[in-house]
Order: sequence, then structure tokens, then C-alpha cells
Amino acid sequence: MTVLLQLLFQGVGIGAVYALVALGFVLIYRATNVVNFAQGQFAVVGAYSMVVTTADLGLPYWLGILITLAVMAVFGALFNLGVYYPLRNRSFLPVVISTIGASIFITNIILGIYGPEPSMLAPMLDAPGISLGALFLDAQYLTIIAVTLALVALQYLFFEHTLLGKRMQAVSQDKEMASLLGIKVGWMIMLTFIYSAMLGGIAGILVAPILFVSVGLGGQIALKAFAATIIGGFGDVPGAIVGGIAIGVIETFGAYYISVPYKDAFAFIVLFAFLLLRPSGLFGEKVSQKA
Amino acid sequence: MSPRARILVYFVLAALVVGLASAVPLGEYMVKLLLQAASYAIAVLGLTVLLGYTGQISLAQAAFFGLGAYGVALGTTTLGLGFAPALALGLVVATLFGIALGMSTLKLGGHYLAMVTISFQQILTLVLTNWISVTGGPDGIRNIGRPHLPGIDFENNQTYLAACLVVLFAVGGLVAVLKSRRLGLAMQAVRDNELAAGVVGINTFRVKIIAFALSALLGGLGGGLFAGAFRYISPDQFAFDDSVVLLTMVLLGGVEAAIGAAIGAGLLILLPEWLRFLKQFYLAVYGAAVILIMVFLPAGIWGLFSRHRVWAPAAPVGPLELDIEAAAGTLLSVRGLAKHFGGVRAVDGVDLDIAQGSVHALIGPNGSGKTTLLNVLSGIYRPTAGSITLNTRPVAGLAPHVLAAAGIGRTFQNIRLFHSLSALDNVVIGAERPGSGISQRAAATARALAALGFVGMAERAGELAASLPYGHQRLVEIARALAGHPVLLLLDEPAAGLNLTEKQELVELLKRLRGHGLTILLIEHDMDLVEQVADRITVLNFGRHIADGSPAEVLRHPEVIAAYLGEVPSHEAA
Repeated sequence: MTVLLQLLFQGVGIGAVYALVALGFVLIYRATNVVNFAQGQFAVVGAYSMVVTTADLGLPYWLGILITLAVMAVFGALFNLGVYYPLRNRSFLPVVISTIGASIFITNIILGIYGPEPSMLAPMLDAPGISLGALFLDAQYLTIIAVTLALVALQYLFFEHTLLGKRMQAVSQDKEMASLLGIKVGWMIMLTFIYSAMLGGIAGILVAPILFVSVGLGGQIALKAFAATIIGGFGDVPGAIVGGIAIGVIETFGAYYISVPYKDAFAFIVLFAFLLLRPSGLFGEKVSQKA
Repeated sequence: MSPRARILVYFVLAALVVGLASAVPLGEYMVKLLLQAASYAIAVLGLTVLLGYTGQISLAQAAFFGLGAYGVALGTTTLGLGFAPALALGLVVATLFGIALGMSTLKLGGHYLAMVTISFQQILTLVLTNWISVTGGPDGIRNIGRPHLPGIDFENNQTYLAACLVVLFAVGGLVAVLKSRRLGLAMQAVRDNELAAGVVGINTFRVKIIAFALSALLGGLGGGLFAGAFRYISPDQFAFDDSVVLLTMVLLGGVEAAIGAAIGAGLLILLPEWLRFLKQFYLAVYGAAVILIMVFLPAGIWGLFSRHRVWAPAAPVGPLELDIEAAAGTLLSVRGLAKHFGGVRAVDGVDLDIAQGSVHALIGPNGSGKTTLLNVLSGIYRPTAGSITLNTRPVAGLAPHVLAAAGIGRTFQNIRLFHSLSALDNVVIGAERPGSGISQRAAATARALAALGFVGMAERAGELAASLPYGHQRLVEIARALAGHPVLLLLDEPAAGLNLTEKQELVELLKRLRGHGLTILLIEHDMDLVEQVADRITVLNFGRHIADGSPAEVLRHPEVIAAYLGEVPSHEAA
């Protein structure tokens, strides 16, 4: 029983990171219909920004986080201008390839500067964690879960209860109509990219102390976040969160009970099953087309 | 250049390149690069078929490349087979997996398909890395064999390169030829408009599976040659990143033509060499180049050189044989037909009888279920309940291409042409529908031209469908349906968006078709047009039929007037 709970806790923790990246995916997809293959690199940029500010420059952790958030905001804006904006009127494929190109670009810039050796980032809190009987709740995992919960709540309040949030929702539902109503669609999309990059950055900050910081981090996280969005139902916000946590739990249990080397395969096997049996996911995007 | 001259030039060019590759000393390093480029180019040709012709995305081409490579590697080492049987083994495995991936397209497209292929790619990489007892794990496999043929020394790298180039030229030529063949046209039809492809008689699911199988086969072939070339392989050579590279190659070179694969593969193998001076940043520049290509070269490098050439038909256009047996009785009989979407009853218990040789109009206010009914009749939707009988044959719930083969042709309210094909190719695809009795290309072309001539569009046969004006696109769409020899033609608002002259021409065309005895079911809002051509009218409202009869009767029917103009207040209630 203790083992089960311990695994569940860790699975939810890592799943929360997938959920944050997946959330960034979904927000961009809803605003622009673009599947952003560079979403995982957002987390990598965030993680490296933390390494540079706290480990290399020796700044305090809180300042590092603030600087990283600012870096991510600028990064999201540049990403929009360089990768999405020139292709905004083109079909699905060129934009996808463009984001893949961006992913290669970002990965190799970082690789060129820092090399392939992974860096370390200290955990956010000094305390090791909480012991509940035989159960040990690691402080960083607790932090991840708490921050994710807080972000999800904030995001809900923002989209449902502020005018700006509603404008962004309007853009994701019908760009043409939104623009006829005087909403500046281009700016809303810009804000979406900025927010999505910041979410990715936060995911990077949170996951960095658990995993080593390396450029390879991005690809694995992105693919699992992508899997999470499909399991949850493409384009669905609660679905992305549930899907992310589900993937985290599934792979943690799979690694413990079945096989460690194939840990990364479980997410994709579950994904296969979903794609073939229930492609609309748990919360369902419509897949069919109309004459 | 005539096709024959083109083939000759191609053979001469191929012989020249192969001869040069085997004879001119190139240096070990250059030979290695060219070996890589040639084997990649073969795999990229698979993507030309899959993505370029058929419009299906795959981010798993490196996985198929890997399956072919491991087939040759394990075959020639562990299993002790010769090169050819080992390669065959790899190709069979790759093709089977390709078919399996293709089957997932039954339900999925777009980003879902991208994800299926990524998942397959990831799982294969994990298996290659971790199934150490078979694959050797991350260490890979060494001492891979090459083919043995008396008199040819394949141990010489340049000889082996020449052999790879022979394969590349052969595959490239076949892929180029495929584009204009029946299968190739069907693939492009699926890419341009899958719904319309089904309705003109193409088994879209089968075409997509074939495309995936061919793509996997070519991926495996490239990989098999690659394994023989380098004699050592490891799992990291066939990872997701390599799939991305292969995809980028096809997009860079140009996805629409076979030569694009060679350009893309050649350039992207050599480009990093040219970028070496950038040291550790050369891959970053490569990533940036990918974005720039997408922004500035949407059709790839080959797209800069290829233009659609407009031509006019040289051969005289014959008359269209509609071959309709003069028969009496009911052609199509619909009973209790229903189509529900969740709680919405779009069509709710419709009966309909269409007499042989009649023009039957289906009218009703917007949202009354007319187009849904047409979609059920042409197989795009499966009916929730009810029966459809075509000439005594029950046809309810059959797939669009089966219904097309049974002789149901249709047009769409929002025109659905294969926009990147010429008007003629659009209609040729219609003429080649199964059951039309035409299998030879020459006969199909003659019939397609005749159909275009019938609607007055023969002169524009050589123009791109997308570049035709709206009214002409409507006519080409009708010609596409006519070329397939339909026994029943379904027209969905053919007059929508036409000006007065065009409308009058359409009326004349419909009258001529009726004169030939063709049975037509027509959805139309233009009552003037309906009165001029219809023998019978059925009126739908809220998914049910409310009136049925001759135009004069129906248009005076009180329920019809109410449906169109709102309830007329009755005097009793006042």
C-alpha cells in the first residue's frame, strides 16, 4: 500500500510537469490551430535560464525565477514573430515543420553554448520533504503539485472572469468574428504565445531539480505532453491536465512493476490505444469532417 | 519533349551518373557522403509518395529506414542469410508495419496521424535500444554483409555506390511515373479532397494504406542499402530526429515531384558539410534554414522551377455517350430514411421515389435536411434507419466509392474539385471510376474530354482546377460526375453563386441531360430553375417530407408556402 501511494505521489508530481507543458500546447492550439513541436524546448529554455541565473551568476532563487519568467515572456513573443506569424495563413503542415525547425534551432543553440553535459539545479525549497509514516513526500514534488494547482486555478479565474481572458477565448473560437467585434486578434495570439512560453518555462524550473538539465529534456517532455493532450482530448484544457497526470502515473507504475528501460514506451502504448479506440480522448474533440 | 524522349534522356542521364560514380575516383569521404545521400533519397521518395502525392504526414520514416537496415544487418550476420534475402526480410517487415500504420488513417488524420507515427517511431527506438539479445542494443551491429554477384566487386565502395544509384534512379523513375497513373491520380485526389475522392469512386482507405505501404517499403529499401554501405548500424541512426530530417528533405526539395527527393536529400547531406565552419552551431543554422524554407519556399526548391503548363486539347473532342437504357419504373426508392446526429434529427423518416429518366427536385428551407439526405444517398453518412434501393439493389450504408461504382454520381454545394490537378485530370479520375467499364487511360481521357465538351469546358481542359472561375468549376464538377457514367446524378445546389447567364446555361445543360434520359436528383433554392427543369418535386422541412408531386401542385401546397413564408394566420384563430 505504501509503495502504491509513493508511486502515485511521484507519478502525479512528474505528471503535473507534463500537464503544464500540455497546457501550453493546448492554449496555442486553441488560439492558432498550430501544434507546436517546440513546446518542450520552452521548458529547456526555462531550466537553462535558472541554471544561468542561480548557479552561474549566483543570484538568489526568487530573482532567478523572476528573470526566467521575463526571459520566457520575451522568448514567447519572439517565437510568435519568427515561427508562427509569417506562416499564419498557411496550412497545418508548413507550420508544424516550422516549429520542428525552431525546436532544432533552440536545441542546438543551447547545445552549442553549454555542451551535452547535463547541469544541476538546486531544488526550490531547502527542506528535504515530509514523512508520513513510511511514505516520504519529497519537497520538490510537493512544490510541483502545489504550483501546478495554483496555476490551473489562476488560469481558470483569468479565462472565465476577466475581459482579457474572454477576449482570448473569443479569438480561439472564431478569429473572424472576434476581429469584427474589435478584438485585436494578432495581439491576443501574441499574448497566448507569451503565456504559453511562460508556462513551459515554469515547467522547466520545476522539473529541473528532479531530472538533470540537458537539451534532451525538451523532446521527451514535449512528446509526453503531446500524448497527454490526445489522451485528454485535443484542445481541451481540463483534458490536458488530467492527461498529463495520467501519463505521469502510468509511466511511474509501468517503470516500477514492468520495466525500467521501457519506461518511456508506456505513455506511447497508452496513446496508441487511445488513438485507435477513442481518438476523441477523454473529453473529446470532434474528429469527423463534414460535406 | 515527348514522353518517350523524356524516358530516353532519363536513361542516358542515369547511365552517365552511374558510370561516373563507379569510374571517377571520388575519395573515401565523398563516397561515404554520396552513399548516405543515395540511401536517404530512396527513403525520401517514400515520403514523396506518402506526403507529396497522398497528403498523409509521417514522422516515422526513419523507423522504416531502420527496419530495413536491421533486416539486412541481422539477416547477414545473426541469421547468416545472403544480402538479397536479408533485404527482402527487412522490406517485408517494414511494409507490414507500414500497412498497420496506414490502417490507423481509417479514423485519424492531421495531428493525430502525426502523433501515431511519432509513437511508432519512439517505441521502435526503445525496442532497438533495449532488446539487446536480438538487436545488440545501443552498441549496434557490426560486419554487415554486402551482395555477392559474380564479376562485380561490391566490396569496393564506389561499385556499391553505383549499385545504390541504379536503385535510386529506378525507384525515382517509378515514383515519377506513378504520379500520372491511375493510382497516382487517386492518391492526389485523396490529398486534395478526400470526400470528393470517395464520391468519384476511389476507395480512399485502400489508397492511403497503399501509400503507407509503398512509403514504408521505400524507407526500408533505403535503410537496407544504408546498412550495407556502412556495415555498422546503431539505434541512434534511426531516431525521431532522423525522421524529422527525412521529412525536411522532402519538403526542402519539393514534395510534389520525385526529383525533389533527390534535391532535398543531396542538399541536406551536403549542407552540414558546408556549414562545418560554423562548428557547434551548424545544426542551429540548419534548424533556422528549415523555418526559412517553410516561409519562403512553400513548394520546395523544385517548386521554383516547375510551373503548371496550360494546354489545349489537340485531339478532336467526341460526343459524350451517356448510354442510358430507356426503362420505365422507379430507379431509386427511399423508405423511412433517418439520419440523427446525437439528438438532432437532420433527416427523420423520409420516403422518396425517383422515376427513371426524371429530374427530381428536392427543396426545402435551410436546415431542412436536404444536404444530409444527399450525403446519406452518396454514402458519406451512414443512415440511422431506413432503406435505400437502387434498381432493386439495397444500397443503404455502403461506402461512397461502392455507391459510385453502383452508378451514383454527385456534385457538392461548396465545389469540391481536386484543386491542384488540371480540369482534365479531375474528370479522368471520374471516368476511371470502378464499374464505368473504362480501364485504359486513352479511353478514360477521351471520355473525360467528351464530358468536358458536353458541359462546354473542353477548351479549358488543360488548366488547373483551382485557377478556373467559380462558374466553370461548377461545370467541371458536373463533368467529373458525368464522366463516370452515372445512372443517377445528385446535384447539390448547382445554381448557387451563378449569375443569370450562367444559370440559364445550367438550365439548358440540365434539359440536355434529361433529353439523354439521365435521372437527376437536384437540390436547389432557385424556384425559377426548379420549375423549368423538374418533373417532380419533394419538399423537406425539419428532416421530414411535407409534400410531393408535380411542380404546379407542390408550389401551391399550403404547408410548403408555410414552410417558406411562415404560418399564414388562419381566420378562425383571429
